[in-house]
Amino acid sequence: MKKVIKYVIIDILRNKIMLAYTAFLLVLSFSIFSLEDNSAKGLLGLLNIILIIVPLVSIVFSTIYVYNSAEFIELLVSQPLKRKTIWMSLFTGLATSMVLAFLVGAGIPILIYQADVTGVMMIVIGVLLSVIFVAIAMLAAVKTRDKAKGIGIAILLWLYFSLLFDGFVLFLVFQFSDYPIEKLMVAVSMFNPLDLARIMILLKMDISALMGYTGAVFKDFFGTGTGLLLSFSVLVCWTIIPIWLSIRKFKTKDL
Amino acid sequence: MIIANNVSKQFGSLKALNNFSVTCNKGECIALIGPNGSGKTTFIKTILGMVVCDSGFVTVNGFNIKNDWKYRSKIGYMPQTGRYPENMTIGQVLEMMQDIRGEKNQNNLDEDLIERFEIKNLLHKRMRTLSGGTRQKISAALAFLFNPDLLILDEPTAGLDPLSSEILKEKIIEEKKKGKLILITSHILSELDDLVTQVIYMQDGCLCFHKTIEQLKEDTGQTKLAKAIAQVMLKQ
Repeated sequence: MKKVIKYVIIDILRNKIMLAYTAFLLVLSFSIFSLEDNSAKGLLGLLNIILIIVPLVSIVFSTIYVYNSAEFIELLVSQPLKRKTIWMSLFTGLATSMVLAFLVGAGIPILIYQADVTGVMMIVIGVLLSVIFVAIAMLAAVKTRDKAKGIGIAILLWLYFSLLFDGFVLFLVFQFSDYPIEKLMVAVSMFNPLDLARIMILLKMDISALMGYTGAVFKDFFGTGTGLLLSFSVLVCWTIIPIWLSIRKFKTKDL
Repeated sequence: MIIANNVSKQFGSLKALNNFSVTCNKGECIALIGPNGSGKTTFIKTILGMVVCDSGFVTVNGFNIKNDWKYRSKIGYMPQTGRYPENMTIGQVLEMMQDIRGEKNQNNLDEDLIERFEIKNLLHKRMRTLSGGTRQKISAALAFLFNPDLLILDEPTAGLDPLSSEILKEKIIEEKKKGKLILITSHILSELDDLVTQVIYMQDGCLCFHKTIEQLKEDTGQTKLAKAIAQVMLKQ
């Protein structure tokens, strides 16, 4: 397995897009931190951009990469290797490269300007989001044979997680505003890794007061150790479940 | 060495393999013949585990290929159209395959074809810049490189120049003498005459017959394989 991961990572690192992505994150983070005089404010600005950029690049790049590696996968499948090994190596290689790019591009500036619990949490969440969206991309890529369709699905999934889901939540809130649905909102947020990530960081920044009563309920849940642990496990599940489903599909896929 | 038992595979509404059963033994050189779309490549891909059959089973060396993957280290496969990572060089692909196969004792490698095809001069070339024929040479060299007991060649001489295809044929005969099982599909029947010992004829995913070449010639009254097969095809 290590050998295959090695070749995948070498191949990705040779790709100029990854370098461009790292450089872009680096420039972005440094400019945001130097624009704001208060580094906490800078972190908030960076959060909003990271929540959009990181998933988008992870999901689109990974989907295209899996489709472009069709020849490579075909070659490996006829060799004495388990299909699970091939797929997991591809996933590990992609996830490692995305995480590396994030750590260099955003991790270093965050550690320079805001090396406290919030900063570290932001890095951890950025890393988790990179991995989650690689996993979702691999599921999208294994389900559809057609490249254009697969990339379309990947972009739609990203759109869903970053925009459509919030619209749905807002709709829910307005329709049921007469009822005490705050606890339900906690459960609903688990269905979107991006929302979960956003809430976790906002609460760490102690600006939950801005969110009114819902903020208090969130603080009650996410502020506690168990709540934090639970949300992290949910984020980990968001990685494991898509990748497990995609392995199951890949094992019986005809090449 | 290979036993296929009632193997069926369906792609949409097309039955690529329909209750296909066949047994292939060591030391034979078997030609897989049949019209286009008769399921030859599907059968080969099933043996390699690239296509997962719907029902039935295939065993290679006594291992059911469903639960086993190590059996593929005994197989050398030359695909119909070799597809390789586009931005790797030939040298890198060869190196990667050796690395993945884990052949640590380099003296076990059969670099005969690499030398005879003069691939050593092309090692720095990227895969995407190669012509179809050169790709075929790489595929052939890779199939023979690890000294496999079972060679599966899907249209090996398609796209090769006359000189190279002679080299490849010589190599196949040499390997046959070593007692390996060789499966060849080809539409150029005249080439197969001095190579094969048995013929498997497929049509619409079914096995029509599996005979030794002498038997086939006797049954049809022809001395050449091409003529014998033409006669069989006419009858059907």
